[in-house]
Formats: sequence, C-alpha cells, structure tokens
Amino acid sequence: MNSTESTDVLVIGSGFGGAIPAYHLAAGGARVVVLERGPWLSGDEFDQDFELGSSYTRIFDFVVGDGMSVLGGNCVGGGSVVYFATMPRAPRFVFERRGGIGRRMWPASINRDTLDPWYDRVTEALPVTRYGWDQVPYAGGLFAAACAHAGRTANPVPSAVDLDRCTNCNWMMAGCRYDAKRSLLLNYLPAALAHGAEIRPLHEVQHLSRTDDGGYRVHYRIVDDEDYRVLHDEGVIEAKIVIVAAGAGATPVILRRSEPDLGPMPPAVGRYFSGNGERLNTAVFDEDRVRSVLGLSRPGGQAYAANQIGRGPTVASWDRLDPDLPEFERYSLEQLYFPPGLGTILAQVPDATGPTWFGAEKKELMRRWQSWLTIFTMSEDDNEGVFGPPPATGNAERISQQMLGRGPLRYVPTADTRRGWAAADADVRDILERDGLARVMPWTNDVVGAYTVHPLASCRIGDDPETSALDDRHELRRHPGVFVTDGSAVPGALTVNPALTIAALAERAIPGIVRAAQERGVPVTYHGGLPEGSTVSARPPALRG
Amino acid sequence: MHADTSDADQVRVMTIEAFADTIVPGEKRWPEDRAVAGAAAGGGAVAAGALELLEHPASGYAAVLEPLAGALNAHASRYAQEQGHALDPSVPPFVALEHADRTRLLQELLAVDHPEKEMWVGLALFSNMAFDSAAHLGTHAALAAGHPGLLTIGYHRPDADGLWRFPEYSYGRPLAPLHPHTTSTGSPA
Repeated sequence: MNSTESTDVLVIGSGFGGAIPAYHLAAGGARVVVLERGPWLSGDEFDQDFELGSSYTRIFDFVVGDGMSVLGGNCVGGGSVVYFATMPRAPRFVFERRGGIGRRMWPASINRDTLDPWYDRVTEALPVTRYGWDQVPYAGGLFAAACAHAGRTANPVPSAVDLDRCTNCNWMMAGCRYDAKRSLLLNYLPAALAHGAEIRPLHEVQHLSRTDDGGYRVHYRIVDDEDYRVLHDEGVIEAKIVIVAAGAGATPVILRRSEPDLGPMPPAVGRYFSGNGERLNTAVFDEDRVRSVLGLSRPGGQAYAANQIGRGPTVASWDRLDPDLPEFERYSLEQLYFPPGLGTILAQVPDATGPTWFGAEKKELMRRWQSWLTIFTMSEDDNEGVFGPPPATGNAERISQQMLGRGPLRYVPTADTRRGWAAADADVRDILERDGLARVMPWTNDVVGAYTVHPLASCRIGDDPETSALDDRHELRRHPGVFVTDGSAVPGALTVNPALTIAALAERAIPGIVRAAQERGVPVTYHGGLPEGSTVSARPPALRG
Repeated sequence: MHADTSDADQVRVMTIEAFADTIVPGEKRWPEDRAVAGAAAGGGAVAAGALELLEHPASGYAAVLEPLAGALNAHASRYAQEQGHALDPSVPPFVALEHADRTRLLQELLAVDHPEKEMWVGLALFSNMAFDSAAHLGTHAALAAGHPGLLTIGYHRPDADGLWRFPEYSYGRPLAPLHPHTTSTGSPA
C-alpha cells in the first residue's frame, strides 16, 4: 500500500533556475524537494581525467539535434558545476530586442535598470568578482593584445572564480576539485539544505499530472548512477507548486510530455529556442609573430603555446555590443578554452586541400594545439529552434552510457542569424590574422550542426501569449502553479554569457512565486536574504561526516 | 563455424580501424599493416585506441560496429565500381581502398545531406576522441604510456600528485584598453 509522498514545492533541476527558488522557498518556511536527474558530486570527486566514467563524462550531457547540438549540465548544481563561471551582465540594448517577431520580446516590466538590483544580489551571493590584468591567463592576454593591435578594446570579464584557490588547470568542465569555482554547491544549495530542503540526485522527472485540488503530481524515474541509459523505479510526489528548471534543452520536453495529462501547453513551449547566437572560431598562432608583432613572451622564453593553461574565458571584446548597430549584427567575442574530446574535431584546417575537419591536414593542425586560441562569438540569433515530439524518457535517446544522446531539437539558422555569424567570423579573422599573427577558421556546422553551451528561450517569459509560454512572473500560461525559472525562460540571445542573467531572473521571480504559494495555502514568506556561502562544496547528507 | 566468427571479427576490426585511420591518419604499425594506410607520421587514431574506445561498453557503439563495418564495405565496393578500381579480395573492400579513396568516400558519407551521415559522424567523433583525449584510458596512465594523441597535441603532464596546476599563467600586464562603456561591476553598459 503506497501513500503518495507530498511536499509544498517541488523543484525540477538544481542549476541556477532550481537552486535559487529552492533556497528562498525553504528559507521562507516551505517544504521543498529538489529532483535532479544527474549525480551529486563534490570536491575531490571531480576528476581531472578524460576517461569515460570520470566526472568529465558524468556531469554534463551533449545532445545532438538536427542542426543544433546542446551541451548542458547534468548533476546537482547543474550548469554551475560544469560551466566556466563567466558572469557579465547583459547589455542594455538586449532587453529592447525585437527579433523575428518584430516587437519587443522581453516583458515590459524588465529592462537593464529593473534587472540590475537582481544582478546585484546574485553578484553578492556567489560572489562574482572583477579581476585585473595580472590575473588574466596567457590565452586571454594574447586575445587582448591582438585586439589592441587591431585598434580594439578588450576587457577582463567578471567571474565567479576564487582566484586564491584557482590553479588555472582548465579542468572546469569536469567540476572544480579545488572549490575555486563558486558553483551553486558553495552557496544557494547548502543554504537550501540548511533550511530543510531535500535534494534527490538521479531522479529524472518525466511528466506532470494534476491533482484534484489544483496541485500537481510529479512523475519521475530513478536513473542508474553509472549507466544513464538504464532507468530503475518510478515514483510520484505531489506538490502545490512546481518549479520547472530542467534547463532549456529539457524543460519544454517535460512540459510537452505532460500534455496528455495536463492539457495543451501554450504554443511557445518548445519553440523560440535560442542557442545564444553561439559560434566558435579556432585561431592557430605563429609563435614567432606573437613575439615580434605583439611583444609577448612568457617566463622561460615561449611566446604563447599556452592553450591548456587558464580557466575558460577570461577576456572579451565588446566593441560590437554597440546599440546603434542593427539587430543581428551585435555580438561579443570572447577568448575561450575548449578541452580535448569535444571540440577539436570541429576545428577546421585553413586552406585545406582535402577535408577540413578530419584527415592528414587536420592532424598537422592538432600538432599545434598548444598554439590554438578559441574565440567564442555570442550573437543575436533569431530564436529559430523548435522541439519535435518528446523521446520516450528524458530529453534524448541516450547513445552512450553517459554524456551523449540524440534529442528532438531542430534548428535551421535564418539569414539574420547567419549574417551575424558571418560578420563575427570576418571580425575575428580581421583581428587575429593581422600581420601574420594567426590563421583562423570557424568551427564547421556540418558535423553536429551549430553548437551551443548556453541553450535559452524554449519556454520564455513575455507579454504576448502567442510568443511567450510564461507571463512576466514566470508562471506557465494555462497551468497556474507551474513556474519556469531556468534558461528556457530567457526571451532570447543575450550576446554575452547568460548565467548571471538566468540567475538574476530567478531571483526576480521569487517574490511572485512566494505569493502564489501563499495563495495555495503554503505557509511561506519572502525574507529576501542571501546564502552565506561556504568554501567547501556541499555533499549529499548521508555522506557528510 | 569458429573460422567464420574469426573472419567476421577480422573484417570488423580491420574495417573500423581503416575508418578511424582516415579520420586521424597514422603510421603503419608493422610493414604489412593494411588497415592503417600510413598517411601521416606518428601514431593516429588506431594507435591511440579508437577500436578499444568504440568497443568500450560505455561508448554505445560496440554492438553496431559489425553492421557499420558491413555498410562501409558495401559503400566501398560501390565506390570502387564507380571509379573502375579493382579491389584486393584478401582484405575487406574499404581496407582495400587507397588512403585518398578512403578519404573521398568518407567525405561523401559525412556530407551534410547524406542520409546516413549521423552514424558515420558518431564513429568519427569517437575516433577523434580516442586520439585527442584517450577517453578509454585514465588520462594519467595514458600520458605515462606515451599515448600518441595526447603526445601529438602536446598535452602537459600533471604534478607528482596527479593534478594540474599552472602557477605561472599570466603575462601580468595590461594588454588592451578597456571598453569605454564598462560599468563599475565590470560588465558592458
């Protein structure tokens, strides 16, 4: 005889969109359960190892779609555990974007001024810090020097990395074993736990159904902790409020799979997906020219040869974040590190006589890997991604034991998106090929389509019910009591790294969610506090010693 | 029966190796090596362990290697016929192709609009992954054993405790003017 478990607030996902509501609602007195599909790793469980089965393959998913592949977090802490912690605010013009729909896509209540106080809160909570040129790794320095040589500006980008602990090992995608990266395991999640929230890893939510009293049932399966293709027991939890924060690649899939039980979703669920206009270029530097043209040299005599050294992106050029430029032609260019195993195959050979991304010429390019510099474009795409019918479970048909799957996203870039990419490609070439510094080629889109590490907008906020799935309080239209607070709620591409904006929007949504919970009889109040922060990442309660 | 199984194994192994060697070419392992064409100096995807990675239960490809090898050999036979090449019958058809022909055939199969593209892309991804990150091996062990891919890309070795640290990491000086509209928090305005 099973009695169905119940809670006040059920949170799906433990990244920024899940951890922030979990903390505030638990701190305010609600019973909170967080279901996270991925495993719970922390501290020295983050391996510096590429082997299948290490943390490097356990904590994120690479989902190949039709025309777009998405890399997203898959662990307690979500993207914050996997990402590079680069945390700029979105420029003012972004909030005025109109996109392909031809009218302002953000809700009237949100602009840079109204979001700044919420940005401030997240900046304090993680925290996010500015740092100086003497803390910029070689790769960022090289990009900055090349920008200056081309008459451009470049900035060290604010980040959520504790530089006193950072070793510049560039293993951030495997999780930070030094707890230098200020992931959610160091702030919002331990604070949520301290207030009584429960976090259950390896619980993959499949769909929602409705209770008789206007609440929801959340249906999940237990995921095998080694082979994610294997699902074990199923279970149900009832909740008065459901917060869906499974990530922009999964949230609309869960909601669409729920349609037979919940009724039709708003038309924008699973539409308007944005890859944040992302595009990559690989430059291969001539070390002699780096020395003679830019005057750079490292202790020990090398000019650069430091692709491996650093902590992801540290320097960006914002010259094209110019509000006077036409929409779709504004973008930032950011130096990036991409580890072996996932990105090198997409880099193309300049002037190839044979295939550009494999073969003998590509192997020669790989011999110079330490002289590579990856440049990341974040532009204004046209929200052209559309999700097809949900797969049987999860958000992908898993191919490998971990990490690799095939998902239902289809993305055909419009002429506007391609125009932005072409302008950025030409710009990168102009900056980095001057005076023979480097040879530059964009990553091919012919292998796995375009590639984003910042999926957005697949269940977005807005004022227009036809083109936005959520109202400006993040409540799902037609389904009161369901809120979406992850990257899928962001209306469109941001031209910069989106984590701080996702987090700020989640913070902004909390007072409204608290009110909705109160209206449903949940004894909860909004205190507006912030987590105290820890220097040791949170472990599962049973393992805390 | 046993001989048939072993023949099938050999076809699978040689064909998949020849595919991986076309993605990241390497030098022949022994003078009469047929799967590896010898189109580049140093070890390629095969020496790096592409077959081991693809056969690893975690990759998800182990069960489909044999049908993939069969499909690739069918393409190779068709390609050879189109080109008027006679193939050495003592090895699988794809293995019998010259390196340049293997490359042209894979360009065809990996092209954006090829209906089978996705399955060949998967094989290519894992072939490359074996080379550039030795995903079937512990990275420390792979580096210690002189893994040809990690060696080729010049991947640094870790400290004695197995962890990577780069205490010297910065040019240490301002290298560009800041954007004029940078806010007090360091963000774009």
